[in-house]
Amino acid sequence: MQAILKIISYIGLLLTVVPSFLVFSGAMELSFHKTLMLIGTLLWFFTAPFWMNKQKPSESKV
Amino acid sequence: MKKTLASQLDSINEYEREPVPEHQLKGLKSFIGMYAGEHTAGTEFVIGPLFVVHGVSASDLFLGLLVGNLLAVLSWAFLCAPIAVKVRLTLYYQLEKICGRYLVSGYNIVNALMFCFLAGSMIAVAATAVGIPFNIAMPGLKDLYPTSIGWMVTVFFVGSVITLVAILGYEQISKFANICAPWMILVFIAAAFAVMPQLGITSVDSFWEVAQTRIWNGVPVAGFSKFTFWHVTFFAWFANMAMHIGMGDLSILRYARKWQYGFASTTGMFIGHVMAWIASGILVAAASGEVTPGPIAYNSAGIAGAICVMIAGWTTANPTIYRAGLAIQSIVPMVKRWKVTMVVGLVTTIAALFPALVMRLLDFVALYGLVLMPMGAIIFIDYYIIPKIGLRSNYAEVAKTPFNVAAGLTWLVTLLLCLSLNFYQGVEIFFLGLPGWFIAATLYIIISKLYQQKAIQQQEVKVSAKSL
Repeated sequence: MQAILKIISYIGLLLTVVPSFLVFSGAMELSFHKTLMLIGTLLWFFTAPFWMNKQKPSESKV
Repeated sequence: MKKTLASQLDSINEYEREPVPEHQLKGLKSFIGMYAGEHTAGTEFVIGPLFVVHGVSASDLFLGLLVGNLLAVLSWAFLCAPIAVKVRLTLYYQLEKICGRYLVSGYNIVNALMFCFLAGSMIAVAATAVGIPFNIAMPGLKDLYPTSIGWMVTVFFVGSVITLVAILGYEQISKFANICAPWMILVFIAAAFAVMPQLGITSVDSFWEVAQTRIWNGVPVAGFSKFTFWHVTFFAWFANMAMHIGMGDLSILRYARKWQYGFASTTGMFIGHVMAWIASGILVAAASGEVTPGPIAYNSAGIAGAICVMIAGWTTANPTIYRAGLAIQSIVPMVKRWKVTMVVGLVTTIAALFPALVMRLLDFVALYGLVLMPMGAIIFIDYYIIPKIGLRSNYAEVAKTPFNVAAGLTWLVTLLLCLSLNFYQGVEIFFLGLPGWFIAATLYIIISKLYQQKAIQQQEVKVSAKSL
């Protein structure tokens, strides 16, 4: 389950940044990039909290 | 219900007056996330644009950012972190041992006020994004006072939420920053790339030419001074002077397993400051000189950009309010930290109402570092030099005095000398930190030598009088 959440989170990050490179290269409109960024943002914030900060039991011990 | 919440908050132990125990130490990842999140912040959306307003040239900006931020990382790693992992105490408790309760109380009030103003500017930045959907009139570059009721309501709302998160303690702040950091960094990068074609940048080759002519063209806005390489270098180095040279991050790095975790600040300085200041400068140029953070991010990245400004404000304001809470709590240790943080959050929110805090941010940040820096020099000298010259470290604790005159005089005289350099010699505030540190270090050694010997002699006289 966590692996799936991680994949969705990374897709969210990709959707946040990749469209801007396409705008830069002239392959995408600015308005569409903004929509994709928002979708990426939502994907990240709805999935990342479930797997980030989950400390392994050994990590808190020296 | 109310009692349950209060007792839960009371049970959050932040080790305010004891060393952090080994089982509470945190891994490197926690600090990387914390620094990256904290320094990819709402204020970066202001600092980048203010460099443009001050007419810095492109070459001065890039070179100055490289040198200044490198010096900042080295300051964290070699000045602050080694002491933090050896004593594992908060800045305030460490200072209390050196300076005594009365002096540290004075310092903590000044410190907390500075933190409140800094966090206030971050709340104001976040509010510029929250206000967008409600079409609230944003303050402009020359506004110093609240501009509308809508602005005030927005600031109060944002301030309340941020204070609530800060009340929950370091653990929650660290988790929040960890989640936000990677996404925020990408939003800054994406926003800058997306607007480059509007400025005529269509390839990597054309970037430098446009950067020199349309973004950082070297011409300041009327009424603003001209910035050079030296301004950028010293600003970048001392933007967080209170945290590294001023030892403010003793409170954070005391949780680090090794002193080398001080290098985690690299993420904050290079991914955060360098990248974010450059990106926000590009956004200003694309927004035709508009400097209000919310609208410029919205212009380039839509709703995600506005959310980024809001969250960037939060992730910085949270640890800053937390630090201010610790500062005040050390004055009134019997009052629980969460109650203190609540009051601090209220003061911060009131400060955030004034746009002057944002529009004059560069000067304020420099002043804030300068005012707190002498105490960092005192801690450094007290830890490394004082025992080597036959004097007592943690003198106030050893001598059971509530006021270490040597530390008090060092702080006061250093600030007076720095201010006189500013007023009478015209040395700009950005450049005072470096000579100030050496003045403070020298003064503390000399005055300690005189003061501690005198105090010991007086004690000996008392003892011999008693024995007679």
